[in-house]
Amino acid sequence: MERQAVNRAKEAFLSGRTRPLEFRLQQLHALQRMITEKETEICTSLKQDINRYDTPLLELIGIENEISLAIEKLTQWAAPRQVDRNILTVSDEVYVQPEPLGVVLIIGAWNYPWAVTLQPLVGAIAAGNAAVVKPSELSEYSSLLLRALLPRYLDKDLYPVVTGGVSETQELLRLRFDHIFYTGSSTVGKVVMEAAARHLTPVTLELGGKSPCYIDKNCDIRIACRRITWGKFVNCGQTCIAPDYILCEPCIQGRVVECIRQTLLEFYGADPKCSPDYGRIINQRHFSRIMSLMEGYTPVIGGQTDASQRYIAPTVLKDVPPHSRLMQEEIFGPLLPIVAVSDMDDAIRFVNEREKPLALYIFCSDKKATKKMIEETTSGGVTVNDVMMHYTLSSLPFGGVGQSGMGCYHGKHTFDQLSHQRACLIRSLGMESVNLSRYPPQDLFYFLSLSNIQLFRDIFTT
Amino acid sequence: MATETQVVEKLRATFRSGITVPEQFRRTQLNNLMAMVNENEEQILKALHQDLAKPKFEAILSELVILTNELHYAISNLRSWMQPEYVSKSLATRFDDCFVQREPLGVVLIIAPWNYPLQLLLLPLVGAIAAGNCAVIKPSEISLATENLMAELIPRYLSQDCYAVVRGGPEETKALLENRFDHIFYTGSQSVARSILQAASVHLTPVTLELGGKCPGFIYGHVNIVAAARRLVWAKFFNAGQSCVAPDYLLCTRATQDTLVPALRQALEDFYGTNPQTCPDLSRIVSPRHWTRLMNLLGRSKGKVVVGGESNEEDKYIAPTVLVDVTEDDALMEEEIFGPILPIITVESLEKGIEFINCREKPLALYVFSDESSVINMVLEKTSSGGFVSNDGIIHMSLPGLPFGGVGGSGWGSYHGRWGFETFSHRKACMLRGWALERLNGLRYPPYRDDKLGWLRWTASPKSSCALM
Repeated sequence: MERQAVNRAKEAFLSGRTRPLEFRLQQLHALQRMITEKETEICTSLKQDINRYDTPLLELIGIENEISLAIEKLTQWAAPRQVDRNILTVSDEVYVQPEPLGVVLIIGAWNYPWAVTLQPLVGAIAAGNAAVVKPSELSEYSSLLLRALLPRYLDKDLYPVVTGGVSETQELLRLRFDHIFYTGSSTVGKVVMEAAARHLTPVTLELGGKSPCYIDKNCDIRIACRRITWGKFVNCGQTCIAPDYILCEPCIQGRVVECIRQTLLEFYGADPKCSPDYGRIINQRHFSRIMSLMEGYTPVIGGQTDASQRYIAPTVLKDVPPHSRLMQEEIFGPLLPIVAVSDMDDAIRFVNEREKPLALYIFCSDKKATKKMIEETTSGGVTVNDVMMHYTLSSLPFGGVGQSGMGCYHGKHTFDQLSHQRACLIRSLGMESVNLSRYPPQDLFYFLSLSNIQLFRDIFTT
Repeated sequence: MATETQVVEKLRATFRSGITVPEQFRRTQLNNLMAMVNENEEQILKALHQDLAKPKFEAILSELVILTNELHYAISNLRSWMQPEYVSKSLATRFDDCFVQREPLGVVLIIAPWNYPLQLLLLPLVGAIAAGNCAVIKPSEISLATENLMAELIPRYLSQDCYAVVRGGPEETKALLENRFDHIFYTGSQSVARSILQAASVHLTPVTLELGGKCPGFIYGHVNIVAAARRLVWAKFFNAGQSCVAPDYLLCTRATQDTLVPALRQALEDFYGTNPQTCPDLSRIVSPRHWTRLMNLLGRSKGKVVVGGESNEEDKYIAPTVLVDVTEDDALMEEEIFGPILPIITVESLEKGIEFINCREKPLALYVFSDESSVINMVLEKTSSGGFVSNDGIIHMSLPGLPFGGVGGSGWGSYHGRWGFETFSHRKACMLRGWALERLNGLRYPPYRDDKLGWLRWTASPKSSCALM
């Protein structure tokens, strides 16, 4: 079944109908209509999947902006890009032409099921590809809704939705694609890359990891904690770029805890379980996993749970040892450990001893110190004095490095990621005399003319 | 003698110290590499001649000049490449500093092939150094003289703590690949590329794969056949056809073939004389094994030899050879030829030619020869390839402004010039916000309300920035 869908997509791509920009624009407009017309249904599906009320904010605005941007800029993005020439090619046309790759496989995740499937899809369509979309089976309602909706708005053959679990995904991964775009865990990322290796298929992997959040003792701690609390507990901590843990000096730990407590009260009330704005854990397995991370530690805030609802209260733990289980894997839940460091240098060391994270957050009022921390660490992206916001600006490339991923997307970056940048040199058969110096037989005269050309090249290209 | 793991660990410790990051360090190493090439030209040419009987002219053009140009380009542009790239903002981020910072990846592995053993080893290294990385460099053991020379020279000119040459064959490469790298840059064949990608997937290491394939040369329509033949012959028989971007086979109509063959014959005679084996301007096949492989293909071919066909095993010599009446299931169409054998396949029309090309793996390069721009445009639009050149061959490689790389079966990623710098860099997205405008942030916090949403949509939109700027 998967094979048929992929073959149909391949044939549809080979028909050439995705090449004209008008067609791509038409599909993008249709996708835009789908989001607008079906907003209510999409919200409902998210509520059923993951008790998300904040949907429009987090998912739909992002997708809408991506579509609008692609529609506005498509002509520019798809146009040939000029490059430098040298003396030998001064009368030629030299440019880079972005071209579609073919059939792209997009594998989505369950935490933002619409954003992580549709944002790559926008880029895939804009770049002129066909795309097979495989949403996560864990976000079941969203996955089924997407399968119902997409063919009603977009070309059925070019953009099929394939649903299913592990075995369907494995079946898909046996087939050959021209690019695989995967969002999810590093563990499965390795499996995807290994499967892609068989066909030499390039991949984009948007993975995760533990995104550190450093709070300097001399910054506005109250504002810092408001922003961190928002980022951490939105979607119940199930965000790839959520601040995973806090690093700060022991002297401000108490204040940090208090500010978070106050903010939580403001956001979710005295009992977050009753707040319509607070989410739930996606399934029992993840609920148990997160619970076990807490074992042996007494939280200073929260800690309450309700397995029947897969509810875990917004929880903060302090003085967490660096070697604890809580600090070994990505939490992906509403537990916020605070780890003590002696100063910023200690924090830098701490971050550098670990895998490169998807995001790094620095709360600091000292511009010089901030610059130092940015320069001395590496991560997919950095937001200073806030969390997650670098994700929202489409002109910034969004992606990981090392274990947190490879490749990037958003805005034009998705278009470029899912295109082939073809180097083009258009010459004429005239001016053959210019070529003479490169042909054999090769003797001193030609050597001299060659070294002159090198000289010209030096002058004209530096 | 350090193990591969020890070598990698040493480089990693150096990288952690941060010494490769400052611009001055990178510039010094690039200058040292330039000095290495300039001060040892004779030795380099001698090694290349030993390995491939590479004529001095070809070696200078395709190994030294291309490398020194790349070095000049990197040295001149390094500062600007290293600068933060400020990006356009939305209303919500209007007062923030938003930029992309290029950073080194860490310890990279560069694996080179034997056909342009200097260029294909050191050109990627230029990008790796410019981007601030440490590098393990693995030259091909098949081009032994160049491998020996690199093992001797590189530690003399470049920092031994940052750049290490690892020698050996498949066993040593396998041992290397068990280690973790931050990027692997491989130039070579598809089959080896698969195992490299498998090894890379264990550590989630990104890769650049510069592979090969069969690059078609398509001659169609009204064309200056003499000029086309000369450019084709130059591109094909340079380095005795052992170039990943050599035109592998030709496609044309029967009528064109009738004028093409004599033109090719004439060009070959002009370039290499009537007895090419005695001509110092023609290379040799790199090894007896490769010579045997080529002779086997030639032997099994059902095509008719119309030019050349002579060979000499001891000399690893194969004459520039052209065959006609080659069909698509011929032995010569089974794999990348990578030698001085040029089959011509006839097609009835432009469409048939395009179909022929599209039935096969996307090539590293596609060449079209025609005076008619409609023909060129049609082929350009209806095919895909790493690079595309009309009315010439290979030469697109010499332009540092063009990305050099494949697509599909011919590879993944690209380099040369700035593209090399980008390949070996991580583009870190940075957003530096202030403490003010907390009220604006308030729109996104719970408790959620629909009226807040309207405002948020407006501030987050990319369009809203245009209205106010």
